[in-house]
Amino acid sequence: MIDRRVINNFDWSTLFIAIVLSLIGVMTIYSATRPVLDVAQKTFYIRQLYWIGLSIMAFLILVSIDYKWYIRFSYIIFFLGVVLLVIVLVAGRKGMGAQRWIDLGFMSFQPSEFFKIFFIMAVSRYLSQIGETVSLGLRSMLKMIVLFFIVPAVLILKQPDLGTMLILMFIFISLVLVAGAKRKIIILVVVGSLIALPFAGKIIWGGLKDYQKNRIIAFIDPQADPQGVGYHINQSKVTIGSGGFLGKGYMKGTQGPYRFLPEHHTDFIFSIFAEEWGFAGSVLLFLMYLLIIVRGFDTARKARDREGCFLVLGVTFMFSYYFFINVGMTLGLMPVVGVPLPLMSYGGTALLSNFLALSMIANVRMRRFALYY
Amino acid sequence: MDKRITIAIYIVLFSFVLFLFRLWDLQVIRGAEYRKTDERNRVRVLNIPAPRGIIYDRNSKPLVKNIPSFDITVVKEDIPKDPESMSALSRLTGLTIDNIKKRLKSPSSPFEPVTLKEDISNVEVAVIEARKMDFPGLQISVVVGREYIYGHSASHVLGYLGSLNLRQLRSPEYSGIPHETAIGQFGIEKVYDETLRGKTGKKVIEVDAVGSIIKVVRIQRPIKGRDIHLTVDIDLQVEAEKSLKGKAGAVVAIEPNTGEVLALASAPSFNPNLFVRGIDSKVWRGLVNDPFKPLLNRAIQSQYPPGSTFKIITAIAALEERLVDENTTYYCSGSIFFGRTFRCWKHSGHGYVNLHKALVESCDVYFYEVAKKLDIDKLAQYAMGFGLGRPSNIPLEGEVPGIVPTSGWKRERKNEKWYRGETLNTVIGQGYLSTTPLQMARLTGAVVNGGRLYEPSILAGTGSEEPESIVRIEPKYISLIKAALLSVVTDKKGTGKAAQSDIVSIGGKTGTTQVVGGVSKKKDIPHRFKDHAWFVAFAPENSPQIAVAVFVEHGEHGSTGAAPIAKRIIEAYFTNKG
Repeated sequence: MIDRRVINNFDWSTLFIAIVLSLIGVMTIYSATRPVLDVAQKTFYIRQLYWIGLSIMAFLILVSIDYKWYIRFSYIIFFLGVVLLVIVLVAGRKGMGAQRWIDLGFMSFQPSEFFKIFFIMAVSRYLSQIGETVSLGLRSMLKMIVLFFIVPAVLILKQPDLGTMLILMFIFISLVLVAGAKRKIIILVVVGSLIALPFAGKIIWGGLKDYQKNRIIAFIDPQADPQGVGYHINQSKVTIGSGGFLGKGYMKGTQGPYRFLPEHHTDFIFSIFAEEWGFAGSVLLFLMYLLIIVRGFDTARKARDREGCFLVLGVTFMFSYYFFINVGMTLGLMPVVGVPLPLMSYGGTALLSNFLALSMIANVRMRRFALYY
Repeated sequence: MDKRITIAIYIVLFSFVLFLFRLWDLQVIRGAEYRKTDERNRVRVLNIPAPRGIIYDRNSKPLVKNIPSFDITVVKEDIPKDPESMSALSRLTGLTIDNIKKRLKSPSSPFEPVTLKEDISNVEVAVIEARKMDFPGLQISVVVGREYIYGHSASHVLGYLGSLNLRQLRSPEYSGIPHETAIGQFGIEKVYDETLRGKTGKKVIEVDAVGSIIKVVRIQRPIKGRDIHLTVDIDLQVEAEKSLKGKAGAVVAIEPNTGEVLALASAPSFNPNLFVRGIDSKVWRGLVNDPFKPLLNRAIQSQYPPGSTFKIITAIAALEERLVDENTTYYCSGSIFFGRTFRCWKHSGHGYVNLHKALVESCDVYFYEVAKKLDIDKLAQYAMGFGLGRPSNIPLEGEVPGIVPTSGWKRERKNEKWYRGETLNTVIGQGYLSTTPLQMARLTGAVVNGGRLYEPSILAGTGSEEPESIVRIEPKYISLIKAALLSVVTDKKGTGKAAQSDIVSIGGKTGTTQVVGGVSKKKDIPHRFKDHAWFVAFAPENSPQIAVAVFVEHGEHGSTGAAPIAKRIIEAYFTNKG
């Protein structure tokens, strides 16, 4: 099954950057959670290392299977994913006001993390089956929304996990737009949403939980109540800003260990990195993420078929949205949404799902030369 | 589709550039500012209070001690201010929310802790330590409190501590003193505050988000205030206060040869312990509005006509001015007419009186006769020579100078000439003349000392070896006066018989000051119209070691109201000495 030429064409770069970024993540987690008082260090970084090992293995296994199989079974996988989302709601473990985890005893994971990839696979298959030259009309769009989006979106919102739902929505819209929605529809969607925004805004606002409202208020005016809802944003800005051009140096950051910045090893890991490595380090980090993203788009262009193209586009969009929403949040450019930084934030499921997503890029890239098959 | 992917790439690149600009703005343009905020986040400067100097009495008995007390303090910037946290904080501290808000408004820099509640109990300390994690910025600070071991005793001398008032907060004299420090606001505590205060230490620490100390960056130890030794003998002081119990008045005891103050009591007194951690406003109003004015130091802050005790000065003036000698005799019929009738206190008269008898039995007519020949300004010279009419410069606040009237004084104050009849009032210590008990004690000491007047000292080792001034008096006149003062106590007709002691020979002079003319002889008059009682005394007969002035407001007669007190104190002094 493993072709020599596949090994020759293996996408080392994507795997290498992913490993480097995840190791930088572990280093930063280690520094962020280092105890400043005389207590034992929490073992987040060790657990993260285990997950990196697991993720690399999963990456290698998934890469070795031609992605056409994933596409072939995508609808079944999608259906199983939806079933997992239902199980979470019925039997999931609660934590921090949400029900997102399935506990397997020896480990727990968030099905919604993997579901995004299942979703991308299924949508890719569907989009690629619609004729190459035919533009997407209104009818086929609505059909797709009903088929793929409505059910999982509602299930995820129920957890509640607004961040994941929004990302799912963004991926879906982006794919449809790139796939060739008619210009008329694009204009219609833009104009329609602009008109509907105030009304929808009111309805959505009413439906938001208090903490979600607070995050939006804090985003609009972080100084409104520095101790309250704006605290995260302000402290994140202080953390990043205090790094200066060259940073305070590794293990010299204070905002995380001194607990001024909450969620320092998860959602705000970039702030800690920027505090210790400064502007210079952050630019290098940005470039590594940019490399992965641009490589993803490049792979989509070069894919041997439309399935591969959409698959890679989907995961690249996903990766990009995570990156921009997370970093945008730490920079105070976006509201606080509980979205991790891909590859670096502490959290096994997210890490694994990111490696799986990147393995799709590698998979498609390795097999881009249709000639060989 | 390729075109649309290209658009996506451009959008991504554009976003990256946008983020880089933001990053540049945060880290490079505003980096220094955020670095400062970051430091303010975690660096705190705490004051370490300096232990205040201890005040000892002349026998090295401590009069005060420093005791640690615990305060609840908060760092304004750190404490959550939402209504829920506020009410939780209110429940925890037992303070009302309004009270907490008011305290939080007190002027200080954002990271200097504000005191929420003073002097909490050990139980409260434990409760708050346990709940500290829920209230970032909440802390328990150790404050050095002050205990006045003898309570009410010597309160007018020792004074009390209090928070800096607004004027002091702005004054350069108190700059650099943390606002929560209690400083001397009265008495020795105030006058020697700079000595006693010491220097507040500083501790620079790093704290985490909930205010736990992560590390101590730098420490500057506090410097303990210097101890002070007083000239006051606390046992004598306590005895003086006991003897004034239930009365309003003052007792001053000094060493005639040094001017050292052995006791300086004023009654009623107050408890300085009430002031240490901020006095309750109700208690304060009670003290201020008390008709007996417990905050007033009657020994130096109020002046009264000295009554017949002043006859000592008149006698010296008469002898030195050669107006009389020991044999000069006048007839006392109970009154004399000089423009109007001037009465002797003994309406039946003393008969033939010489100077000795005049002092022993305190005959007014004898001194009226002297007054006819004595120039008021000459008399004033002697009075002033013995320290009347000016502050003694004891290092305590608010000393009043007293009044020694002269013709010039009257012209200036009343725009009137001096009438000779007024001299008659003055020679027996009435009229415009007024003195403080301290002045009278000093005067007595100087008289028995041969005219050497010492500046009073209250801080051990600060007294001058040399007298402040010397009044030149013929030694034989001094002997004459001393003999008369001894007879005042020993003679069976002496007015100071009540001061007669089996332990030591005491000399003295009574004084009774009219509060309301004409009613003094009646029985059952209201307390506030009763005469004031004076007694000045010295002991022993040869080379006196102690001079005492006793003043009792509305004590009726020097002989009964003041003389026994003087005896009690002098006896205590010599008994304690062994």
